[in-house]
Amino acid sequence: MHLHKYEKVWLIFGILSLIVFLSIVGVTAFAHGHTPAGGMDVIAPEKVDETAPFDEPGVKQIDKDTYEVVIVAQAFGYSPTNISVPVGKEIIFTSTSKDVVHSFTIEGTKVNMMVVPGRITHKSYTFDKAGNYLVICNEYCGTGHHFMQTEIEVYEP
Amino acid sequence: MIGIQDRKLALSNIIVAYIAFIIGTFCGLLQVFVRNDVLDLPTWLDYYQILTAHGVLLALIYTTFFIFAFLISGMSKSLGNFGPKVRRTLWIGFAVTTIGTILTTALIISGKASVLYTFYAPLKASGWFYIGLALWVIGTWISSFALIGHYSAWKRKHKGELSPLFAFMTITTIILWLIACLGVVATVVFQYIPWAFGWVGTINVELSRSLFWYFGHPLVYFWLLPAYMAWYVIVPKLLGTKVFSDSLARLAFVLFILFSFPVGFHHQLTEPGISSFWKFLQVVLTFMVIIPSLMTAFSIFATFEISGRKKGGSGLFGWFTKLPWKDVRFTSIFIAMLFFIPGGAGGIINASFQLNELVHNTLWIVGHFHITVGAPVAMTFMGITFWLIPYLTGRKLTRSIQKLAFIQIITWSVGMLLMSTAQHILGLFGAPRRTAYAGYNGHQVAMQWFDGILSNHVTMAIGGTILFLSAMLLVYIVCNLMFFAPLAKKPVEMTEFPMAESDTANTPKFLENWWLWIGIAILLIVMAYAFPLAEMIQHSPPGSKGQITW
Repeated sequence: MHLHKYEKVWLIFGILSLIVFLSIVGVTAFAHGHTPAGGMDVIAPEKVDETAPFDEPGVKQIDKDTYEVVIVAQAFGYSPTNISVPVGKEIIFTSTSKDVVHSFTIEGTKVNMMVVPGRITHKSYTFDKAGNYLVICNEYCGTGHHFMQTEIEVYEP
Repeated sequence: MIGIQDRKLALSNIIVAYIAFIIGTFCGLLQVFVRNDVLDLPTWLDYYQILTAHGVLLALIYTTFFIFAFLISGMSKSLGNFGPKVRRTLWIGFAVTTIGTILTTALIISGKASVLYTFYAPLKASGWFYIGLALWVIGTWISSFALIGHYSAWKRKHKGELSPLFAFMTITTIILWLIACLGVVATVVFQYIPWAFGWVGTINVELSRSLFWYFGHPLVYFWLLPAYMAWYVIVPKLLGTKVFSDSLARLAFVLFILFSFPVGFHHQLTEPGISSFWKFLQVVLTFMVIIPSLMTAFSIFATFEISGRKKGGSGLFGWFTKLPWKDVRFTSIFIAMLFFIPGGAGGIINASFQLNELVHNTLWIVGHFHITVGAPVAMTFMGITFWLIPYLTGRKLTRSIQKLAFIQIITWSVGMLLMSTAQHILGLFGAPRRTAYAGYNGHQVAMQWFDGILSNHVTMAIGGTILFLSAMLLVYIVCNLMFFAPLAKKPVEMTEFPMAESDTANTPKFLENWWLWIGIAILLIVMAYAFPLAEMIQHSPPGSKGQITW
């Protein structure tokens, strides 16, 4: 098989770029801990209301600098309806669904979690600005999908 | 000219493809107006119903039928007319695929299957919707095996010879399709159908999603490879030159067999049930599949330059002006290629693990597939349409129709550029995909999405309208070429099937050793999927009951 000289240059350049891209992605993921939302825990989708921590959805302070926000998604809304968390603290979002697949997506942040029935999704995020954040569902979940939303109040502690 | 019986087969496939195209693009038109809040659909018609129809009819039905028309014509052209057995099997395949299509479409239109073309469980459509999908796949398999039979017969008669490049690429595409469908068949037959008919109570949601995306990504390569076939084999002929390198073209195609499958998790990067390690492994493998596209880009531009210089183009870019711009068959495909540059780059962004969080399920993704399947693939198919139909009907592409064809591809490009640019920008701001009009209670963030010059729903609606007009123009051209254009009377007037010569003197034989490539592909699939899927099955939560939320 004959490779033209320019084609060799082009492919080496291309493949090297891909290696650079992948290295950056890999290092930020595994050395700096920037991995997308996920989680391996399971839950019975019909027993969400009886299962901890979803029996008491809401904001919980875990320690001085960490909070957990437990959210139950359901067509076409989220529970709890009021979420307020402080600026500058690590917030761990934990979510599951009682019916179909939804998302918990905080606009203007990188929190974009798929919420799958039977599974528990986690994502850690630290807000650096106070304000009112819009949360929407961006996975089609039925007729009312485009009305599925809530808000998060981020305050200066 | 290929046999009349073979031509009838190809034409039947094209007719179904363009009927799906008419309904699908009309649904697209309705969508942009709903999103722009100027159209209220009647109560019996739901936004998500037309969205399902748009996706299924354009992404699945139009593409598949057109691809089979192209493959059938090209296989008959390059390997000789089909025997009676192959022809009969192809008709059966066509019939089964069409019955599946009609069943699926009927259920979507009747509102019993507003589950979008990804049909994620536990949204539960009527069981017949899944039966329709299964028939559609089985039909394509029957046609696939018929074409493999035709190829095997040729190979038996030509022992030790390499097959013609078009046939080689067809078989690659078909192998890719057969292996890809295993995932969707597994989930539809073993999970969805028993569950939708109530034979089992619940479904393993995460497993069904993973099996779907095992199919969902190679599906896009099933659309892309026939376009690449045109770029490698048809375009050089239009330029009056040969295939740049036969061996590299074949190598690029077999690389797609290897790397198209173990990559589906890059559609599931932000969901639970798959650990970061497996997600990242598939991200790495996804990047491998970029390499054959880089090879393709090089070959194509090399072909352009060689042909331009042969025609007297000099200097660094002089050859560029010598390309056959007045030939709509070429120009259409050239624009298709241009769209694929940002399209491919966007794909790299989407697959980049944590970068995916920014764009996942936003309008950016919608923009992305409109400048991959909606422009590069669709515009290549348009470029093929302009000669394939007259070739099959024995008619002529007249000057006036060629002019219309130019207007058609230019309007398609402009419409797509406007719409997809708006979608990309809106997506970066965070506007979600797959949503009817929603003001999000006037929330300031949502309001800002619509303020920009390009990032607003008006631009999307203008783009969508231009696209629909362009689509209707194409349908007019298709009808003309099919039924009304003047018949070619003399042999010189006949429309040709442009198939470039490809020099196989330096092509190593192992490239056509299919079991080698299938074997490596299976190893890669097992490596990327065996463990995470086993975990999903063993460590599964109680299943989900069906939900009808529309």
